[in-house]
Amino acid sequence: MAPFAPPLFASLLTEPVGVVHYLVVGAILFTSGVVCMAMKRNALGVLMGIELVLNGANVNFVAFSSPYLQADGAKSLGLDGQAIALFVILLAAAEAAVALAITLNFYNNHATVDVDRADDLKG
Amino acid sequence: MMPLAALDWHSVFFLLFAALACACAVAVVLAENVVRMALYLVFSLGATAGLFFLAGAEFVGAMQLMIYVGGTLVLLVFGVMLTAQAPFVSIKTAPGDRVLAGVIGAALLAVLLQSAFSVADWRKPAVGREGEPAATPLGMALLGTRVDEAPAGAPPGIRSGYLLPFEIVSVHLLVVLVGAAYLARAKRRRTPRPIEVAASMEPPASLAAHAAAGRESARGGSVLAGGPR
Amino acid sequence: MAEFLINSVGLPEWLAWTLTALVAAVLILNVIAGGALVFIWAERKIAARIQDRLGPTRTGGRFGWLQSLADGIKLIAKEDLMPEGADGMLFRLAPYVSFCASFCAFIALPFAFDFVGQRLNVGVFFVVAVLGLEVFGVILAGYASASKWSLFGAMREAAQVVSYEVPLGMCVVVPVMLAGSMDLVTIAEKQAGWLGNWYLFHDPFTFVIFWVYVTCAVASVNRAPFDLAEAESELVAGFHTEYSGLRWSYFFMAEYGSMFLVSALAAVLFLGGWNGPIPVAKLMGLSAGTGDTAHYLVRLLGMVNLLGKATLGVLVMMWVRWTLPRLRIDQVMTTCLKYCTPIAAAMFAGAMIWQLVLPGGLVPGLSRPAGEIREGWLEGPGGRRPAPARGADVAGVSP
Repeated sequence: MAPFAPPLFASLLTEPVGVVHYLVVGAILFTSGVVCMAMKRNALGVLMGIELVLNGANVNFVAFSSPYLQADGAKSLGLDGQAIALFVILLAAAEAAVALAITLNFYNNHATVDVDRADDLKG
Repeated sequence: MMPLAALDWHSVFFLLFAALACACAVAVVLAENVVRMALYLVFSLGATAGLFFLAGAEFVGAMQLMIYVGGTLVLLVFGVMLTAQAPFVSIKTAPGDRVLAGVIGAALLAVLLQSAFSVADWRKPAVGREGEPAATPLGMALLGTRVDEAPAGAPPGIRSGYLLPFEIVSVHLLVVLVGAAYLARAKRRRTPRPIEVAASMEPPASLAAHAAAGRESARGGSVLAGGPR
Repeated sequence: MAEFLINSVGLPEWLAWTLTALVAAVLILNVIAGGALVFIWAERKIAARIQDRLGPTRTGGRFGWLQSLADGIKLIAKEDLMPEGADGMLFRLAPYVSFCASFCAFIALPFAFDFVGQRLNVGVFFVVAVLGLEVFGVILAGYASASKWSLFGAMREAAQVVSYEVPLGMCVVVPVMLAGSMDLVTIAEKQAGWLGNWYLFHDPFTFVIFWVYVTCAVASVNRAPFDLAEAESELVAGFHTEYSGLRWSYFFMAEYGSMFLVSALAAVLFLGGWNGPIPVAKLMGLSAGTGDTAHYLVRLLGMVNLLGKATLGVLVMMWVRWTLPRLRIDQVMTTCLKYCTPIAAAMFAGAMIWQLVLPGGLVPGLSRPAGEIREGWLEGPGGRRPAPARGADVAGVSP
């Protein structure tokens, strides 16, 4: 990453916005989500990481679907990208509901949301 | 930087929304108070909705605001409020875990950025395209008929609509609704639940103490060690 | 306005757009702030008269015109307090989150044919989505105040607003279905003409849906009889108990802004928007393309019309507040889940069947057949011509 970082990042700020700008944002969101999932001990923190991951993917889909961002707009994904992003949003809502129900059940049974304490089945 | 005469509002707003989204995403990782994490996540997803509007996906942007931010995150914040008792507002991670997560994150970011910069076609935007509303074609695609133009270079033939995924997701949401309601039902118990025992053992603390950030988990640990296991 | 600045005054393009946007933002802010000023005075007078007393009669003459101004000065001069255990950042941020959500929804609201902040293709969806974001300010305020009254009030309000979004969405979809577009300008333009063209009188199902919308909108902005989140007699002041001075006035402006917004939305969706009961401009021979000054006057007339209808809606909300007793939280939830949602769903199905069977509405010949694709730029499955200029398909229709 180091060899090509400075010139590319500098040029990102001065050129008009293309797909790569959105991809960078999506990458940062995705990575933040993964680190959040790996690092947080609070179950709700892990859930927030999952939401960030899904949003990073959504940003990528919308960027590819936009006809304004690519040099040849006709080659964009078009409607398919937006439909996929739509379905991701819907499924994320469903998954958040179930995950939250599980978390609250865990909280009621163990009096904590610390995922490190979920070790009843451990070795 | 850019000369003032060439200021392009599209770029400015893109930078604004992108900076907000990325900064708040990183803040979610770095924050320790779970309520503040939720707030930063709200801002991050709101800025992402702004990015969707800038890219021309108005329907997806409005849907993100309504369903993701206004629904899913409200649910998450409710969950945070219900569990934001003193020991759990800030749970610290071990330093070794943090380093490991940081290394993994850096490696993943490097791979993603490298692949993002690899295609030259993605660097330049299109010029001079008119605004094309997408709500009606999207609605009709969800009902099975595609009225939009095929992307250049796509194989000819009838393109499929999204009726089947639409119906599947509808049933899926219904199943999730019933399942979550079942999981969260109030059960009748003969013995008190661990959370009630823990609450009765802990001296009644005001919510002012709860809202203050940075309660040590050691205090919570001593309460839990005495609870039934 | 931006084109005028670029072409006539010779400003660089970015500066012209900046100034235009600033002017639009300042105008909308004035609508909210000025509206709040007037509505506070109106509320006190209406409350007083309903309670058989006079209300403010001293500041500014016999009718107390300047009472709101005096209140504003007092609020600005108040001491800025924060509870000891409160989370500082969240406490300070909450009023602005609430106010921004209320303000942003005005971006998509059209005040006349071309008087709209940004003509969004998904206007209705955007407004309903942004209205639902106000709940974050409330939750933050309730949590950050470190007081159990605030927390209870905030949780109740959040549950109420989120629950009522479901029937609100269903009510809002009916005019969208009748007009064939989510664009608020298009929906209002389709109701041009005489009183009978209003969607309110389109079919009995839409008539009932309007009243369900009124109920859901009043619940959505936490006005009486659904105002237990700020119930003065029960929870001190609910989620804004610990707020005083200018911070509290932000919540207040957000609430009055939202009230005005849902009334204006009802006017645009059901009551014809800026098209009056009597098409005055059409009778006078003016239309959208007559020439600049007449054009502008027609739109100004339309805007006054819309503001009048929205104000009427707000006054009705105030009247209802001081007449009906407050509902309990379980009654609020029952109303939403057991009454509003099934009725809205049934009326939606009825309106849909009416459109298929009797496409002309109550007065046949005024609407187009059900199968016709309403979007002007869409020809049919598989074919599409490029988008025409924005006003092209509604140029002939005048208020």
